[in-house]
Amino acid sequence: MSESLATVSYIGAIILFILSLGGLSNPESSRRGNLYGMIGMTIAVLATVFGPRVSMAGIPWIIGAMVVGGSIGLYAARKVQMTQMPELVAMMHSLVGLAACLVGFANYIDPIAALNLSSAEKAIHEIEVYLGILIGAVTFAGSLIAFGKLSGKIGGKPLLLPGRHFLNLIGLLVVIVFGWQFLHAETISAGMFALTVMTVIALLFGMHMVLAIGGADMPVVVSMLNSYSGWAAAATGFMLNNDLLIVTGALVGSSGAILSYIMCRAMNRNFISVIAGGFGSGGGKPAQKAEGDAQPAGEVVAISAADTAELLREAKSVIIVPGYGMAVAQAQHTVFEITQVLREKGVNVRFGIHPVAGRMPGHMNVLLAEAKVPYDIVMEMDEINADFPDTDVAIVIGANDIVNPAAQEVPDSPIAGMPVLEVWKAKTSIMMKRSMATGYAGVDNPLFYKENNRMLFGDAKKMLDEVLTALKA
Amino acid sequence: MALMIGIPCETAAGEKRVASVPEVVEKLIKLGFKVAVESGAGDAANCSDDAYRAAGAEIIAGATQLWASSDIVFKVAVPSSAEVGLMREGGVLIGFIWPAQNPELMQQLAAKKATVLAIDALPRMLSRAQKMDALTSQAGVAGYRAVIEAANVFGRYFNGQITAAGKVQPAKVFIAGAGVAGLAAIGTAAGLGAIVRANDTRAEVADQVKSLGGEFVKVEYEEEGGGGGGYAKVMSEGFQQAQREMYAKQAREVDIIITTALIPGKPAPRLITAEMVQSMKPGSVIVDMAAERGGNCELTEPGQAVVKHGVTIVGYTDLNSRLAKQSSTLYGTNLFRLTEELCKTKDGIINVNMEDDAIRGLTVIKDGAVTWPAPPIKMPAAKPAAAPVAAPAAKGHGASGAPASAGKTAAIFAAAALLFLLIGAYAPAAFLGHFTVFVLACFVGYMVVWNVTPALHTPLMSVTNAISSIIAIGALVQIAPPLAFGLDRPDAWIRWLAVVGVALTAVNMFGGFAVTRRMLSMFRK
Repeated sequence: MSESLATVSYIGAIILFILSLGGLSNPESSRRGNLYGMIGMTIAVLATVFGPRVSMAGIPWIIGAMVVGGSIGLYAARKVQMTQMPELVAMMHSLVGLAACLVGFANYIDPIAALNLSSAEKAIHEIEVYLGILIGAVTFAGSLIAFGKLSGKIGGKPLLLPGRHFLNLIGLLVVIVFGWQFLHAETISAGMFALTVMTVIALLFGMHMVLAIGGADMPVVVSMLNSYSGWAAAATGFMLNNDLLIVTGALVGSSGAILSYIMCRAMNRNFISVIAGGFGSGGGKPAQKAEGDAQPAGEVVAISAADTAELLREAKSVIIVPGYGMAVAQAQHTVFEITQVLREKGVNVRFGIHPVAGRMPGHMNVLLAEAKVPYDIVMEMDEINADFPDTDVAIVIGANDIVNPAAQEVPDSPIAGMPVLEVWKAKTSIMMKRSMATGYAGVDNPLFYKENNRMLFGDAKKMLDEVLTALKA
Repeated sequence: MALMIGIPCETAAGEKRVASVPEVVEKLIKLGFKVAVESGAGDAANCSDDAYRAAGAEIIAGATQLWASSDIVFKVAVPSSAEVGLMREGGVLIGFIWPAQNPELMQQLAAKKATVLAIDALPRMLSRAQKMDALTSQAGVAGYRAVIEAANVFGRYFNGQITAAGKVQPAKVFIAGAGVAGLAAIGTAAGLGAIVRANDTRAEVADQVKSLGGEFVKVEYEEEGGGGGGYAKVMSEGFQQAQREMYAKQAREVDIIITTALIPGKPAPRLITAEMVQSMKPGSVIVDMAAERGGNCELTEPGQAVVKHGVTIVGYTDLNSRLAKQSSTLYGTNLFRLTEELCKTKDGIINVNMEDDAIRGLTVIKDGAVTWPAPPIKMPAAKPAAAPVAAPAAKGHGASGAPASAGKTAAIFAAAALLFLLIGAYAPAAFLGHFTVFVLACFVGYMVVWNVTPALHTPLMSVTNAISSIIAIGALVQIAPPLAFGLDRPDAWIRWLAVVGVALTAVNMFGGFAVTRRMLSMFRK
């Protein structure tokens, strides 16, 4: 295959990738979108393997690596539970990061890469190598920690080292200094030293960055790392002078950046303060203690599962607001069964999804889809917020901050201004929770004390099973 | 030492309620109290002595015995002076008292060194007090019963029907006063299928009327009628004139009128005049729930149902006793909630905490000293109109909110221009080609991704993940490039790095697409 033919194939792959992302604009076209992605990837890989830059000697190696990696990937994709999607995605980000590092190192020690380059071009090429490895290492380490946090292997609390911003700053300076040395390195082994030091610092920085971020900010972190993995690919593309990588990396990078932006907006936080960390627990505490004094404007009224079923049976329209608690309790299937029973009775059941419900963007939608909830009754926050006043019962399952009226009513609350689902406007809201504990933001929830709110305490799965039994009885 | 709660027979004429029912007695005992019930106290409300006994209460024959052995007495109707005579010195009495209307009773109770909690003196504006609000629970029952009484004497269906024999028009019901009783009546009448209209001087209840299936009839006159504490106030002459006209119109149109209008401390307002009754269709019904306080209708005879001008006017004053079991259960629960507030320690001892707004309001006599009326409650200042803090909801994608300010936009453009200038000045041509592609790709990505529906954000992440395994290309070209030159190349090192790279990205490539496929196949209508 000639060089031109390979390039044309690459253009085809690029178009298919763009169509693939575009297909996700609605669930109907999304399956085809995914297919486009697969075809694009196949074309890109085949064009490269049979292109002018891979000799026949490499084929067995490539097939071997592909088979090993591919089977691991397929196995993981088949086995993963939908509640574990955030972990899987984080893990995959780390692989992209690591691969970018490896390609960067291999490229640096490969004399072919720098052949026939002018000195300015060589400098640029080396900067590209350096940056590519830097982004790759940060992505790799950050994603590993994110994976640990999401899977519960590392505690969700933010780790706040004293003077952490200062530490990061020193790290940045060291990276710049070694970058200078790297550019002026006479031999490859001298450059190698600078590159290694930088990589270690980048790894530490990546770990530190994610460790300092609290559980509630995980959706932002996951989408941010998604973005990084894209930029890593783009940097690799610059390094290899490969437009396919540059375009694909830029697509992925901007996709992740947009997701991070949406998540930040959904929490009414700015990106910098999320990355600076510390929101997840602790940060907001002192502020809300003061307002806690003014809190008991009502009292908490508990409700039993049987009474909940009664309320649901009487209702004409019901909105269910799921949160991370539903994922933890694996309650989505029971939720669906309840939905089915109610819909058969002619009750209008819908779901209200907050953009940051769960641990990654769209987490709740996937769980509900897994439980076979039809997607046309699953609404976004903006679509459904106006409907709460006409709703008889709003059930909140394992969510807290995203339905907190303090965001609208208490101007000095840490979550003030965050868009929330206005469940308290329904005739009755039922809050399913294990206890009276605060959400990740550490903010007391005035919803509990609202007159029309009832608390259904207990494990979401267990309580919903009871509700279902009572409904069927 | 656990206190004894006594539940005597109600002695007032026609009173069929009882201050507690067996289900509630059981809960009182769980709070640590002992409960004594006078033999036969619950008979009229279908609660047998045996049922009380099964719930753990002691049955005592004779009022004298019961009053003497009780530390706390639960009553429904205002106690008679004979009953107060039976009361133990320093005892506690909980029930309806109406201290304003019964000054002698208050003196008599004070002389007994009693502590008296008047359930009618509850500060109803405390949301916490709602569960103890017996006025509300009893009014709700009465409102329901009023409709049932109307249905009883009304000669037609409430709901419209199409039958083989022809079409039946639904009954039209007009409800004057949309307080608790009025709302209960609206709900009940609407539930029976009638066309329900209602009016109240407080305009804010219009929504509540609608929510229960009623139609709110406005008086064409501007005046706000809220008098505090959920009651109406006396309205101006101009308003009353307009109101009379509206009532006269309704009287001509509807089949059933239920009046519930009361103003605290005043006789019930006269809403329905004799002429209006005359103007009604024969066979119509008026239920006057304010009969006890003089009646909203001129022709009402309290305690009786009479037929005047062909219209049945029901003036029963014992609507609650006509639904004795339901009234007693709700009343008993109200008192139980109050007892819970008094006994937070759950040890059968009560603590009349005068610091508590609700209890302070209820307590009209404390250890013989009259403490009525209670000082007004300092309500927490109404929440500042807070909603405006909410961020303006960004509608649609991309173009979120207002455009950035001109200064900010200018600054961004200036920074971008400077950056491009620097790149243009120093970067070699080959780089610029790639840079162009990069910048354009960022914009394409931006445009495409904003169109992704939020529901598919997780699949978006997994598919971009799969796509970013395109890095494999980088590794692929390193594994075994055609070596035309005799270069000193660390082949083994590079190959191993690249092979590992390919394997890692293959995990993503296959895993990412496969998991996306799995996820997307789950999204269905």
